[in-house]
Amino acid sequence: MRTILFIIQKEFRQIFRNKAMLPIIFVLPFIQLLVLSNAASFEVKNIKFSYVDNDHSAASRELISKFQSSSYFVMVDAFSSKKEANVQMQKGKVDVILEIPNHFESYLVADKKASLAVSINAIDGAAAGVTNVYITQIINSYNQKTQSKLYQYNDNSFVQPQSIITIPSFWFNNNLNYKTLMVPGILVLLVTMLTLFLAAMNIVREKEMGTLEQINVTPIKKHQFIIGKLFPFWVLGLFILTIGLVIAKLAFQIPIVGNIGLIYLFTAVYLLVILGLGLFISNYTDTQQQAMFIAWFLTVIFILMSGLFTPIESMPVWAQQITRFNPIRYFVEIIRMVMLKGATFSDISTPFFIIAFYAFAINGLAVWSYKKTN
Amino acid sequence: MSIQVQNISKSYQNNLAVNALTFEVKEGELFGLIGPDGAGKTTLFRILTTLLLANEGTATVAGFDVVKDYKSIRSVVGYMPGKFSLYQDLTIEENLNFFATIFGTKLEENYDLIKDIYVQIEPFKKRRAGKLSGGMKQKLALCCALIHKPKVLFLDEPTTGVDPVSRKEFWEMLKRLQQKGITILVSTPYMDEAALCDRIALIQKGSILKIDTPDQIIQNYDKTIYDVQSKNTHQLLHDLKNYPTQYSVFAFGEFIHYIDKNEAFNSDELENYLKEKGHQELVIKKSKTTIEDVFMDLTNLKQ
Repeated sequence: MRTILFIIQKEFRQIFRNKAMLPIIFVLPFIQLLVLSNAASFEVKNIKFSYVDNDHSAASRELISKFQSSSYFVMVDAFSSKKEANVQMQKGKVDVILEIPNHFESYLVADKKASLAVSINAIDGAAAGVTNVYITQIINSYNQKTQSKLYQYNDNSFVQPQSIITIPSFWFNNNLNYKTLMVPGILVLLVTMLTLFLAAMNIVREKEMGTLEQINVTPIKKHQFIIGKLFPFWVLGLFILTIGLVIAKLAFQIPIVGNIGLIYLFTAVYLLVILGLGLFISNYTDTQQQAMFIAWFLTVIFILMSGLFTPIESMPVWAQQITRFNPIRYFVEIIRMVMLKGATFSDISTPFFIIAFYAFAINGLAVWSYKKTN
Repeated sequence: MSIQVQNISKSYQNNLAVNALTFEVKEGELFGLIGPDGAGKTTLFRILTTLLLANEGTATVAGFDVVKDYKSIRSVVGYMPGKFSLYQDLTIEENLNFFATIFGTKLEENYDLIKDIYVQIEPFKKRRAGKLSGGMKQKLALCCALIHKPKVLFLDEPTTGVDPVSRKEFWEMLKRLQQKGITILVSTPYMDEAALCDRIALIQKGSILKIDTPDQIIQNYDKTIYDVQSKNTHQLLHDLKNYPTQYSVFAFGEFIHYIDKNEAFNSDELENYLKEKGHQELVIKKSKTTIEDVFMDLTNLKQ
């Protein structure tokens, strides 16, 4: 026990003496959390809106004013012809062209229906889809208003407009604030990346410096060495989580509905998976550079297949099966469930036991291969 | 016997690094492995310190088998690898305490053993190991290898890259450690250090050429060596090699060492031959045999 404590002490000393790594461990993650959470946005805002009004009627002006008053759209210009507008679309100056045809108002009054042409820049398909939803919403609400008006005009009698209004209720994230979704996810990412990289590089470093050879001639036991080497990074992982949660609460007002102890319990086990993976990587590499590359390669796959940026449900089935082996996937799922939904242990017990099993498996494998290579 | 090596062989892929070595080191002996780079010295050290498994053969260190009792060996040997391998970002003091702890001991416990060496680096004990000079690093490494009072000390090329004064000091330290009853196995590529060992093994390409005390090795050498010198060393080397009865010719410091095939060799005949070739300021005299001469001869024979 004394030996383990001494190695841990030595490890912490080395971490705090590494002037190049200190800011990477203690400053960069939190800057990343602050910057990424604000930048990695799915919201589509500042859509450059333009229109071609061929009708110049009260009805067309009213429709255009609807767009003007929306906070999602920025009015760029009115064009006299579609051709002119298309040129600007080509140049990337406008994202949306709304074309109002001639006799728009008269058709609307006479036939109670009229058509509109909408062109959307779809280079970013996802953004175009969102833009289309916004436009449809605005046109729908315009439609309902004019319909009720038209009924009144034509029949000279008051008719109750017939329409169904849906009022969606968004559970767990009432305002559809994407930060509520992203901040816990990015926090997971930072905790994972840092602990994986540091753990993988740490043991390789001893190999690279030749100190591992010196250590191997001593009567120190494998478990003492491994625990002593990895424990500091386990602590570091929990430390980053703590600071991250504080930032999430104070800077982003992310609700923490569930039991915070549950998040720590899960992270404690989850970090064992990551540290085991780091040990495993370092067993099969000889230099910090190699370890870095492998860790980076794995992290990219883990992140993209974690459901952090793209929902797992929309992946092809085979990809969904692969994500079952991705520890980040479970962490993202659980931290969101506990923080936003207030999930209890029984809700997250399945992923919890899966992660516990992975921790057991990868560490067993890592310790076993550690023996073999020496 | 402190170290017993029986028929040890080790090859990397198809390269034979150590070829059926057999030798013994007595308790309290200062034993030298003398050989050039790539002779297999480090491989042998790694096998004896349980870092590497041999392909064939058996070996014991301090009475323990290197395969079966590797754990026991690790607590009774000290190993100083050729490359400095302590923590560069820890201070002298922290390095010592660290190794003391993992050997389950304390700096104070065996302080008298390392005292002589430690006092020399003690003024810098708060300095990080990475910032020490080569000589001081070497002393620190020796302290760390001694911290648990090992029975056997393995030193792999401890004086490579160290200045001549520190080298001399280092060998004096080894002599003192030997007096304290520690068996020392040391390897070196420097032939002049061989004379300081109790016994030496000359090794090349994984095989032992000769094992004996340095004096015996020199005494048993039956050939006479001549120092030859002239103004034009390059030409001299060439001409000596063309002399009909030459056995071996190689440069040795400011002289050329010449050995003849015939026992009844007359140096005057050689002198005349060289004068005919136009050499000036010619010197020919009998030389004192050194380990290096024997080593060069033995390696020539092998080739």
